[in-house]
Amino acid sequence: MSTQAQGTGCCGGTTLIFSCSGAADVGAVADRAARKLTLDGAGRMFCLAGVGGRVPGIMKTTEAADKILAIDGCPLNCAKACLEQAGFTSFTHLQLADLGMQKGKTAVEESSIATVAAKGAELLGGATCCG
Amino acid sequence: MTKIQVLGTGCPKCKKLADAAESAAKAAGIDYTIEKVTDINDIMAFGVMMTPALVIDGEVKTVGKVPPVEEIQKMLA
Repeated sequence: MSTQAQGTGCCGGTTLIFSCSGAADVGAVADRAARKLTLDGAGRMFCLAGVGGRVPGIMKTTEAADKILAIDGCPLNCAKACLEQAGFTSFTHLQLADLGMQKGKTAVEESSIATVAAKGAELLGGATCCG
Repeated sequence: MTKIQVLGTGCPKCKKLADAAESAAKAAGIDYTIEKVTDINDIMAFGVMMTPALVIDGEVKTVGKVPPVEEIQKMLA
């Protein structure tokens, strides 16, 4: 297993990536695409569960982010709903169904992960982490 | 005793936040301890991914910025 880029960005200016990481195949693709984007330096995957749980450090870090990308595997849009219910309205949303990936019919493989990651990078406009 | 922690690996803004927190605590006239947390793993254990960050009595108050002394003073009240 590859190591995920870690560490803190100094003085703000960070792009955060949230994935629904749901139980279905598309949730797995969303999760792995978020990890790939982190490894590629497009941003940092961050814990959606921390937002759901209103964990102070995670909430404050999310508030301080310059850009946020939410990746949802299916049209239930759980990541989007989670962020919105926590008060975050300014973020970019990527849903795998818009890329033709259907729940229960999508292989969790490198090509689908790369497709989602490429779209995510495009939506982030080539942003790179400050850290 | 109020426990103040400044999370940061040592950049100028981290030092600035530590100074601001110290000034705010003195102005507030409270009993306090101040600790600089510089280890990245310790910082990330707070759920913080951007520094500097200010923690008061275990709760993360600010992330990625240096708030004015007056604002920190209100957090300490």
